[in-house]
Amino acid sequence: MDYNVSGDILNEGDRIKPRKIKQAIVEIVSDSGEGAQKCGQSFGAISAKMGNGVWTVEIIPAEIQPPARSREGASGIRVRIGSDKVTNMGNHADLVIALNEQVVYGRIRQDAYNGNTLMFIENKWAKSEQETIRQQYSEALLKFKELGIKVVEIPMEEECLKLMPDPRKGKNMWILGLLCYMYDRDIPKAENQIRRIFKKKTDAVIDLNIKLLHAGYDWARGNLPFRYEVTPMDVDDDMVVMNGNEALSMGVMASGIELCSMYPITPATSVSHHLAENFERVGGIVHQAEDEISAIGFAIGASFAGKPAVTVTSGPGLALKTEFIGLAVMAEIPFVIIDVQRGGPSTGLPTKVEQSDLLAAIYGEAGDAPKIVLAAATIEECFHFVVLARKLAESFRTPVILLSDANLATGVQPFPRPKIDPLWLTNPIDQSPWKDGAWPFEWDENTGTSKRPIPGQKGGMYTVTGLAHGQTGKVAYDPEINQASVESRSRKIASFQKSLKPPSINGDPEGDVLLVGWGSTLGAIEEAVADARAEGLKVSSLHLRFLFPIVPGLVDIFKRFKKVITVEINYSDTLGNPMVTQENRRYAQLAWLLRAKTLMDIDCFSNVYGQPLNPEKVLKMIKRELKIENSEVNV
Amino acid sequence: MLVQTHELCSVPSFDHDYGMEDYGKGVARWCPGCGGHSILTTVQRVCKDMQYEPEKTVVVSGIGCSGRFPHYMGTYGFHGLHGRAFPVASGVKFRRPDLNVFVVTGDGDCCSIGAAHWVHAIRYNMKMVALLFDNGIYGLTKKQTSPTSPLGTHSNTHPRGSVLPPINPIQTTLGLANVSFVAQTVDWNATHLYATIRKAAEHPGLAFVRIVQRCPAFMRDLYGDIAVNPKNLILLSHENGINLKPKAREAFGRVIEHDPSNIHKAREHAEIHDGIPIGLLYQNTANARYDEYGAHNLGMGIEEKKQNLESLLDQYSTSNSVE
Ligand SMILES: Cc1ncc(C[n+]2csc(CCOP(=O)(O)OP(=O)(O)O)c2C)c(N)n1
Ligand code: SF4
Repeated sequence: MDYNVSGDILNEGDRIKPRKIKQAIVEIVSDSGEGAQKCGQSFGAISAKMGNGVWTVEIIPAEIQPPARSREGASGIRVRIGSDKVTNMGNHADLVIALNEQVVYGRIRQDAYNGNTLMFIENKWAKSEQETIRQQYSEALLKFKELGIKVVEIPMEEECLKLMPDPRKGKNMWILGLLCYMYDRDIPKAENQIRRIFKKKTDAVIDLNIKLLHAGYDWARGNLPFRYEVTPMDVDDDMVVMNGNEALSMGVMASGIELCSMYPITPATSVSHHLAENFERVGGIVHQAEDEISAIGFAIGASFAGKPAVTVTSGPGLALKTEFIGLAVMAEIPFVIIDVQRGGPSTGLPTKVEQSDLLAAIYGEAGDAPKIVLAAATIEECFHFVVLARKLAESFRTPVILLSDANLATGVQPFPRPKIDPLWLTNPIDQSPWKDGAWPFEWDENTGTSKRPIPGQKGGMYTVTGLAHGQTGKVAYDPEINQASVESRSRKIASFQKSLKPPSINGDPEGDVLLVGWGSTLGAIEEAVADARAEGLKVSSLHLRFLFPIVPGLVDIFKRFKKVITVEINYSDTLGNPMVTQENRRYAQLAWLLRAKTLMDIDCFSNVYGQPLNPEKVLKMIKRELKIENSEVNV
Repeated sequence: MLVQTHELCSVPSFDHDYGMEDYGKGVARWCPGCGGHSILTTVQRVCKDMQYEPEKTVVVSGIGCSGRFPHYMGTYGFHGLHGRAFPVASGVKFRRPDLNVFVVTGDGDCCSIGAAHWVHAIRYNMKMVALLFDNGIYGLTKKQTSPTSPLGTHSNTHPRGSVLPPINPIQTTLGLANVSFVAQTVDWNATHLYATIRKAAEHPGLAFVRIVQRCPAFMRDLYGDIAVNPKNLILLSHENGINLKPKAREAFGRVIEHDPSNIHKAREHAEIHDGIPIGLLYQNTANARYDEYGAHNLGMGIEEKKQNLESLLDQYSTSNSVE
C-alpha cells in the first residue's frame, strides 16, 4: 500500500468499507501542552460509550515544561480499544500520531513500536526555517523506517491553519477527527465529548474545536485509503468510564467518608482535585493541610470524633505519616489511608508507576503495628475498595491502607456502574449513652475486636493514648498488660484473615509456572497467561488483593506448581549480576513477603523502568523460565 | 452559679449541674510544685463554671509533661504525638462544632517539633483554647534546651549554656496570619490564670494562652524569684481585657493600660524584658474561622447524598449520552 497520502488520493473515501479488527492500540505523542492527552482521553471515552473495551495510559514527562522537541519531553497517551474488555496497555502500538519526531525517540527506547506500527507524523518540520530541524527531521524519518515503522507524513499544521492562526492548541481535536474517521467512531458522540471537556469554555471555543474535529475527519476521509472498525461488545450493564483516581474519589464519596485530609503529591493529588470539585455536593469536605503529618493527624482527630475520614498520599507522604499510623494502630482509630504509589525511594520518579510501597505499608511503623493493607488491581476496584476499606476500618477498629499506583491513577477503563447502597453512607456517630461501666477497649477474647466510645457519648469518656494501655484505656505500667494488649490487636487482624477465602486461580489449578501479582499488573499478567496457554504452556496466575493479612490457602495452591514467580513493578536483584548471590539476593516485595509466609522458594520477576508492565515482557519471561528457546515474541 | 448557654448549643438551659468532680480523673503524676497542678485545677474550674458537658469536651495534648494533662480530666481526651496536638484537635473540631476543644502543649511540643502546626492552627482560627505550658525546658526527657530556654541556659544538651536566643511565643503568635486571641499568664497566680482561661474559653476562635510555668525539677531558678514576688509581674489591664478586682490588682508592681484591639501595642508589650507582662495582649472576634467552613455542609441526609452521587455517576455513564 502506498502511504504517501499528502495529496488527494481518494475522494470517495467514505465508500471504503471499514475492516473489522479485534483491537487497536493508538498513541499520540507530542511536546507537553499540545493536548495529546485530552485527545486520547476523548478517543477512549467515545469508544467506551460505543461499547468498546478501553484502557488508556498517559505518557508523562517528568518535568512540567520540558523544552520543546526534546526526547525526554515526550508527553502523550496510549489508548487501547477492543471488542472485549481491555485490561492493560498491550504491547506495540498499531498507530502512533507524532507531533514532532524527537518525542518519538523516547517511545522507541521504551519499546513502544515495532515493524507493524504505522506512524502519522506532522510534516511541517520538513519545511522548517531552521536547517538543523529539517535535518533532524529527515534523519529521524530514515531511522524510523529502518526500524520497520511505516511512516506517513501528514499536514496537520497546514490543515489546522485553515481554521485558526496558532494550531498548537487545536491540533489535538483535528487528530481526534482523524481517529474518528479511521476507527469509524460516532461523530455526534465525539461532538458531545468536546462539549463536555470544554464545558467551562466559551461557545466560540467549543465551536472551533468541533470544526477542527470535522476538518480532521474530512481530511482523513479524503486521504486515507483504509479504515477500521473495532466492533463493540454487547453489554447489558450500565457502564461508567473514568480513571483510577476519579474512581478512588467516587469511592470515597460513596463510602460515607466525609472528610479527605490531604497534602498535594503526585500522582495522588488528582483524587483530591476531584473531591474538591464534587465532595461538598454529597456532604463531604476536603482539608488541605500544612503537611502530610498534619493531614493524617487531622483525619485521625476527625475519625476519633466520629467523622469517617481518609488521607490520600504517595510514597514520600506515606513515609511522613508513619508515626501517626502507629498511633492509630495503638489507639485503635479507624480511618483510611490511600497511597497512590509512584517511583521511589525519596522523590524518585514522581509521575511514573512503581509498586515499591508494599513493605512500607505493611511494616513501615516503628514498633509492632499490624493493620489491614489492601491493593486495588483495576479501576473498578479503586472504587469498591474504598468502600470496603472504610467498612473494614470500622469493623476492626483499625487504620486500613489502600494501595493504588500511577498506572491505575491515570488509566481509564469502563466498568459496571456501581450500585450505591445507602448503608455505605451511614455515619458511625452514635450519641446514645455509652454502656454503663463498659471499658473503652473491651477486647473480645476470641476476636480482639471492641466497640469505641465517641465524644458526645455520655459515660464513654476516655483518653486516647499512644502509651501502652489495657482495656480500661488507662496507661499500663504492668508488662503483662502490654503483652496482652499487643496480642489483642494482633488477634483482630487474625480474625479478619479468618474471614478471607483463598484466591481464585486464573488457569488450571496446577502446572509448571504460577505467576503471582498484585495491583495494576493484573491485566498484563492475565493476558500473558492467556497467550502462553494458547501456545500450550502450563501457566496460571493469581492476583492478591489482601496483602496484609494475607489471604489463606497459598501454600496449598503453590504446591501444585513447579515454580512460583511473583511479577511486580519494583526492584529485585538479578542473579548473575556482580555481587549478587543466592544468599544476598534482594527479592521483590511480594516475593519477600510470600517467602516469609510460606517458607517456599518463590522467585520474582520485577523491574523499575517506571513503565507499566506489558504482556509481552511477561510472556518472554515465562518462556525463559520454561526454557523455550527462540521465543518469537521479540520482533 | 449562673448557668451559661454554649453558643453553639440550641438547648436554652442545662438540665444538669456539673461539679468539679465531673471534670477530674485519677491523681496527677507531676512533680510536687509543678505548675501543671494549678493549671489542671483551673481548667476544671473553668469547665465547671461554663458547665461544659464532660462528654462534649475534648482535651488534646502532645507529648511532654504537659501531655499527661488529658489523663487527669474527666472529659474525652487525646494524648497523641509529640508536636501534633494541633492537627488532631483541628480534626476533632472541623466537623464537630458541638464539642468544646482544649489543646495542651509544651514549649518543645509547640515551638519546636510542632512549630509548623502552631503557625497554621493560628491561621485556621478554629474555636478552641490552646494552652502553651512554657517551662522553658524539656521536662519529660529530662532537661534538654527548649526553643524558649533563655540564652545561656545550662541543660543536658548545652552543658556550657545554650547558644541561641529564645523564641518569644507570644511575639511569634502575634505575627501570624489571622491571629485572633493572644494572652499571657502565670501558673502561680490563680486568679489571673482563671480569668485568662475563662476569657479564652469565651473567645469565638482560637485562643492562644501562653502560661509561664514553673518546673521545679529542672528550672528551679527560672521563675523562682518572680513567683515569690508578684511585683515582677506587669499587669496589662483594660475594660476589654482580663479584669481583676481592685484588690487583686494591687499586688502587681506595674499596671499598664492596654487596649487588646491594638496589635501594634500588643507587639510592643510582648517585647518587655524587665518583667513578665500578663493579660490579654490581643483579641479580634471578627477573623475568619476555618471551623465554620468545615461545618458549613454538615447534616446532609443519606437520601440526598445518594441522589447527588447518582447524578455524579451519570456524568461517567456510557449510556447517559446526551445525543
Ligand atoms: C517524635 C518524638 N520525638 C521525640 C520525643 C521525645 N520527647 C518527648 S517529650 C519531649 C520534649 C518535651 O518538652 P516540652 O514540649 O517542652 O514539654 P514538657 O515535658 O517540658 O512539658 C521530647 C523531645 C517523642 N516522644 N517523640
Ligand atoms: S519535670 Fe518539670 S514540668 Fe515535668 S512534671 Fe516535673 S516539674 Fe512539672
